[in-house]
This record gives sequence, structure tokens and C-alpha cells, in this order.
Amino acid sequence: MAGIAQTLHGARRHHDYQASPATREAPWVRYSVLTLALGFFALFLLLPLFTVFSEALRKGWGVYFAALVEPDALSAMRLTLLAAAIAVPLNLVFGVSAAWAIAKFEFRGKQFLITLIDLPFSVSPVVAGLIYVLVFGAQGWFGSWLSDHDIRIIFAVPGIVLATIFVTFPFIARELIPLMEAQGRDEEEAATLLGASGWQTFWRVTLPNIKWGLLYGVILCNARAMGEFGAVSVVSGHIRGMTNTLPLQVEILYNEYNFAAAFAVASLLALLALITLALKTYIEWRQTATLSPDSMEPTT
Amino acid sequence: MLNLFPRPRVLPGFGLTLGFTLVYLSLIVLIPLSAVVFKTLSLTFAEFWQIVTAPRVLASYKLSFGASLLAAGINTVFGALLAWSLVRYRFPGRKLVDALVDLPFALPTAVAGIALTALYAGNGWLGKLLEPLGIKVAFTPLGVLVALVFIGLPFVVRTVQPILEDLELELEEAATCLGAQRWQIIRRVILPALTPALLTGFALAFARAVGEYGSVIFIAGNLPMVSEITPLMIITKLEQYDYTGATAIALVMLAASFILLLVINTLQGWSAASSSSAGGRKS
Repeated sequence: MAGIAQTLHGARRHHDYQASPATREAPWVRYSVLTLALGFFALFLLLPLFTVFSEALRKGWGVYFAALVEPDALSAMRLTLLAAAIAVPLNLVFGVSAAWAIAKFEFRGKQFLITLIDLPFSVSPVVAGLIYVLVFGAQGWFGSWLSDHDIRIIFAVPGIVLATIFVTFPFIARELIPLMEAQGRDEEEAATLLGASGWQTFWRVTLPNIKWGLLYGVILCNARAMGEFGAVSVVSGHIRGMTNTLPLQVEILYNEYNFAAAFAVASLLALLALITLALKTYIEWRQTATLSPDSMEPTT
Repeated sequence: MLNLFPRPRVLPGFGLTLGFTLVYLSLIVLIPLSAVVFKTLSLTFAEFWQIVTAPRVLASYKLSFGASLLAAGINTVFGALLAWSLVRYRFPGRKLVDALVDLPFALPTAVAGIALTALYAGNGWLGKLLEPLGIKVAFTPLGVLVALVFIGLPFVVRTVQPILEDLELELEEAATCLGAQRWQIIRRVILPALTPALLTGFALAFARAVGEYGSVIFIAGNLPMVSEITPLMIITKLEQYDYTGATAIALVMLAASFILLLVINTLQGWSAASSSSAGGRKS
């Protein structure tokens, strides 16, 4: 996903391309391209989104709300919130820490480290779930030790949290690394030379500089944490009311042909997605509004 | 540039942050991922080969990789058109479209899966229109393609868009002054500048599609030999408590995604290099 650093880079120019003959197409070309592009957008993105809400409300508001306050749905909401509440802060600490090490210092193997941090993005969610089964499952590395001590990780809440951490691992680090690299280290070095401690430098100098990028990463990380399906599905065991997250609850209801309830729960997740996109757009807009085009020019 | 006098480290916290990064990375990602390799090593090569080339598994590779290639191709064409429209044209609702392009990133895959199934099933809005024409989408490989097109679209738009915004207008103006037609400029000037980004977007969409699970399983119908994707084969083996079989297939998928990661990194490097040489302002 295009990061905030990239957004800043691209947002500074507002040409009217259709004003100059050098960059203008004939009207029929313009309208054909627009029709094709927007038609495709409506067919593949808008229509499915609209379907979620229309199917959810097909049997009326009564059925809709009944599906949301059902005990299994409520317990799924709690588990989804819990998994996100653990995974997002942990990945936030990791993201800041990784970005500090990578952006503020030079060391060998930096590029390789960035590739490794990206790794969870390119691993299939199903494989992401499987690896924790191999480590903590009954036949896994720690399987017999865990069962001796009566600790359950797979088919229990800890497995769900671990799988969620894995799939959301790179989000915040990926936002912060390019942002902090672009900002350089002059301000931090000045603060340190003036006698600030490491923590003071971080809280007073770095954090205010990266707060929007940080928030951006947190929002994307949270959306994925609450919406993850494949990885969580492998480690969950699908025990109703116990190890079901909201996306898994959608699957169970759907497979029971309880479509109205499935889409009702799904509409909650779709709403979350829309809020995520709205916040993301707001942050991008804030960033471009605060920084005038000139301040994006290199100073040296 | 050769740096004979590296700057001394003024800032504190290098050891702490790098140390934490490496420990956390190892615990969450590297050690668990290595379990796939170690588990597969418990198989002889013949056993491994038998599992990963079983007819049903081979059929799933064909579907997963074939549909992903096709979906990434469709996304490259329409993603480029959408990026072009967003950058070059002004139309009502442009900002809304721009924000909603990222919907497939934000919408949970299971939600996308059931929504697409409801749309394309025989009694759905689109299914009702397509079925009389003899086109069945839901519960066929075509359904897999539709789901993969949905999840891959933002990758192409978001890689092409910034390159298009950075394109120097002077190039087009110069080409016009030299007498080039508009379509010649698009083919000879703009398209070459966009090629690395288009390929990167294609590879990103492809990589995502190959591993995708949630949005596909609802619409695929999951018929053996016909509409089973490779991630589903892993799930099927796991449900039969065949952990070794699941892991062997997972290793094949991991190898594929690792190769794709290398390709994408190379493409992104090329994309960055050529966008700064093809007129993008250096920053």
C-alpha cells in the first residue's frame, strides 16, 4: 500500500492536464477511458460493498440488530477487539524500534533486514497459520511440553493473537521506515548535542515528526488485525463463543445458510473498513495541508 | 558515493532498538517459518515429490497460478486506466473514488468473499444477468478469477499513480513540439516511463492473489480438480491431520512467494531508478 511518505511525495502537484494541448486527449478518448475505468471500479468495488449492506438489511432492521446482539456474535466481537488490542501495540513498539534502528543508523545488511520485515506480507495467510500449528500444535515442537503443562495455544486465544501479530507485523514498520529515512537525523542529533537524553529526543523531537505516519500505520494495522481470516481460521478450531473472531463468525453463519445474520456481522466489518479509509484519507489530507509544496523541496 | 569518513554515531539506542527488532522478528516470523523447512526435512525427497505433484495438488497450482496471472493482467490494464483517470482527469466524485480504491486492502477478505458470492450466484444481481447467457461465475474457476481481480486492483493503481504524478510534462510538451501525435506520445514516451511501475504492480497483485484464501473459498465452490486453490489444499490436509502433507505444499508456496519477493524487489529498484532518470524530480 502506498505509504504516507509516498503520498507526501506525490501530492504536491495539481496540474490541469486538460488545459495544455501537449497533455490533452480528444474528448472521445477521455470519455472512453473514464467510462472503462469507472465502470470497472463500480462493478468490482462499489457493487460488492453495496451488496454487503443491502443483504444485511434484506430482512429488516429487527433481524439485523438481533444478529448483532446474539451471544456468539458478541463474544466474537470481544475476541476480535482483544486480538487487535494485543497485536497492534506490540507491532507499534516493534515498528518504532525497527524504524529507529534502520532510519537513524548505518549498518550492514540493512536492506536484507527490510526484506525480512516485509516477509509476512508475501506469505499466504494459510501458511501463516500453519507455522504456529507446527510450533505449538499437538504434534509440534513444543506440543508435548505445552500439553504437560496444560497450556493451550493452538485452537485457543493465544494462537489467534499470534497469527494476528504475524499477518500485521510489517504495517507500522513499513510506514515509519521511509518516513524517518526521509526526515534524516539532523534534528535528533541537534537535540542530543544540546543534552537531551535518548527518550527526551524521541518524545520531543521524533514523535511529533512522525505522529501522522504512525497513526496511519496503526489504522492500517488495526484494520487488518480485525479483519484477518485465513491465518486465524487455521489456528482457531472454530469453537463457537470461544475462539471465533468476527470474520470467522461470518463464515460459520454463512455456511449455515443464515445469510441475513452473516451479512449483518459482515456489515460491521465493512463499516470498519469504511472508517479506516475515511481516517486514512483524512490523515493524507492533513499532511498535504500542513506541508506546503515548497517545504517538500530538499533543503540542500 | 565512497564515504571515507563515516559520521560517528551521535544518537543513542542503536543496540536496544536493533536488538529488540531482531529478537521480535526471530520469535514471530523467522523461527516459526523455519518450522516449515524442518518439518518437510522429515520427508524423503520421493515422499515430498509425491505429495507436491499429486494430481489434485497439480490441478490446484494450475488454478491458483493461472487465475492469479490472469487477474493480475486484468488489474494491470484497468488499474492503469483508473490511475490515469485519477491523475489526468477531473470528474465529480474523484476524491471519493481515490479513497475507495483501497477498499480491498481494508475490507476483510471473508466479507469480500460472501459479497461477491451473493452478487454472482444464480439468484444474485449479476448472476441473474449472466446465467441466461450461459456464463456461470459463482462456484466455478471464473469465480476464483473475479475474487482475485477484486483483491489485486489497488496494487496496480497505487504503484502507477505516484509515477504518473511525477512524470515531467516537459517531455510531453517537447514531443508535441517535435510533431508527435498524442497516441505516439502515449506509446513512445508515457508507456515506457510507466513500464517498471506496471510490472511492479502486476507482480504485487500476482503475489497477493497466489496466497489469497478468504475471498476465494466462498465463491470457488471448491470442487476437487476443478476449483480448488492451493491454500485450500493446505487447509484440507490440515483438516485430515496430515500435517506433513500440508507443510510440504506450504513449502512450495513459500518458495514461490520468496521468488516473487525477489522479483518485486528487483522491479521496485528498477522502477525507482527509471522514474528518477525519466524525468521524475529527485528528492
